[in-house]
Amino acid sequence: MGKTTAEKIFASHLVDEPFPGTKVLKLDVVMCHEITTPIAIDDLMARGKDRIFDTSKIKAVIDHVTPSKDTKTATQAKILRDWAHRHAIKDFFDIGANGVCHAIFPEKGFIRPGYTVIMGDSHTCTHGAFGAFAAGIGTTDLEVGILKGVCAFREPKTIRINVTGTLPKGVYAKDVILHIIGKLTVNGATDRVMEFRGTVIDAMSMESRMTLCNMAIEAGGTSGICMPDMTTVDYLWPFISSEYPSKDAACADFKKWCSDDDAIYDSTLNIDVTTLEPTVTFGYKPDQVKPVSEIAGTPVDQIYIGSCTNGRLEDLRIAAAILKGRKLAPGVRGILSPATPDIYQAANKEGLIDIFMEAGFCVTNPTCGACLGMSNGVLADGEVCASTTNRNFMGRMGKGGMVHLMSPATSAATAIEGKIADPRKYL
Amino acid sequence: MKTFGGPVLFLDRSDINTDEIIPAKYLNEITKQDLKPFILEDLKLPGFDPNGGKTKNAKVIVSRANFGCGSSREHAPWVFEVNDITAVIAESFARIFRQNMFNCGMAAIELPKEDLDLIFKHADDSDANISIDLEAQTLTMSGGGKSKVFTFTISPFDKALVMAGGWVDYADRKY
Repeated sequence: MGKTTAEKIFASHLVDEPFPGTKVLKLDVVMCHEITTPIAIDDLMARGKDRIFDTSKIKAVIDHVTPSKDTKTATQAKILRDWAHRHAIKDFFDIGANGVCHAIFPEKGFIRPGYTVIMGDSHTCTHGAFGAFAAGIGTTDLEVGILKGVCAFREPKTIRINVTGTLPKGVYAKDVILHIIGKLTVNGATDRVMEFRGTVIDAMSMESRMTLCNMAIEAGGTSGICMPDMTTVDYLWPFISSEYPSKDAACADFKKWCSDDDAIYDSTLNIDVTTLEPTVTFGYKPDQVKPVSEIAGTPVDQIYIGSCTNGRLEDLRIAAAILKGRKLAPGVRGILSPATPDIYQAANKEGLIDIFMEAGFCVTNPTCGACLGMSNGVLADGEVCASTTNRNFMGRMGKGGMVHLMSPATSAATAIEGKIADPRKYL
Repeated sequence: MKTFGGPVLFLDRSDINTDEIIPAKYLNEITKQDLKPFILEDLKLPGFDPNGGKTKNAKVIVSRANFGCGSSREHAPWVFEVNDITAVIAESFARIFRQNMFNCGMAAIELPKEDLDLIFKHADDSDANISIDLEAQTLTMSGGGKSKVFTFTISPFDKALVMAGGWVDYADRKY
């Protein structure tokens, strides 16, 4: 009987099965940020166990509120910074070099097919785009991960999601994943891996695959997973070229992690995207989605382009192509937060930053800030934001504020009109 | 090991998320105790007051499906813990929240919808109380002069975590 990617990773990383149904896995990467890690560090210190299982496997970044906005957030940053220095953690990213965790860590080549990855952050599922098993966990699991390099899981079943057809103009990975969440509902994938398959996924860039996998958690999924292929190799090549004689050799090696043809799935969802419209959320749950045609005209106060979902160069290019030579609608605020310094610099060199600024956008440094209502673009009571982020819970971007999730293209069109707008007319 | 059971806070809605349990703006707190006043601050439900007596007295929360969805923040179980709520009973949980509860030595107990419908009939009883016997995997709902016993299952691993007082102690001993 064949195995899924997740089953292969579980089998190859199994340390212990303390009870039937519980599998303790060896970890390849433990990621840390300044919101959920400091309490783990404090607790380890209080226990007299301020140790790390393997500093080369720790990746740490200050990203959620950076630069710090007040004494409390500065203290959180300091705890993480001091810990990284104390343990000589090489892969630590501080101000000047820091970016949103799920954008900067892949960019640095830290994730490989077949890896196990955890972080005290629910959107860790993003890294499954590389054919890894990547799961968000809480601070206690993080603490044990830091100390022992292991994490316990119920072995998830896998939902196979076949995405076929032709992606229409103006429709992107974000629209596809919002549509899928609408089908699965917010807990349709709980304790499940969402495996994205099909010709549409095969043709997607790594950036688009990360957008897809990023939102697996919004359907309750443990990890998103895409099959590693030559696109994965091309993205990772600067980091792996010394390990393989050729790209073909790397690809052949990566393919061992692909699900077998006779793997058993918990269920299968078939999506033909040929007639899919740009998709937008309308309520306070990410499964409340509508085609843009049914929600166009809804007024907004703020546009936010950024985050671990859609703050990558590809996203900025798409939004800039629509905004070029155009202006934000009067009375509407636009905020762009490129997800990493490299993305920011590349966008600057390409002239994209000029386009955003000429349109009237405020361009901020890379940070999670506004997405979770902590800094850098928090909404007032009653305000509405058109956002490329991943979560539209009531008050998510500020108490009493409302969020409509959408693609960078739809956000850009919405910025021009000041109300939710169909991007296709600008393409 | 923690103790479980006592007065009940009924939250009759599915998909109660971690932002409603503890808004992200409080994630800059460094100690668990500092979270205490902000429990369920952004939860909007008819008749529910995050600062009301029912919230203050509660030792057990009863809710519906997909409780604790959203963020990985362990601040969600912690804000319950520092308010002396050590058990949540629901039709289902989001994975990360559920594991965070057991990792902290707290209990996330799943019951079928039919059982929860019976339990929710006590929502207006001023003396609504649930006692929990984790070893026997039973809980007793009492209130309004009535009482009924329900059985539940939790995984042997999760039970072991509660008995050990949480995952750090368990893992440190074993791995």
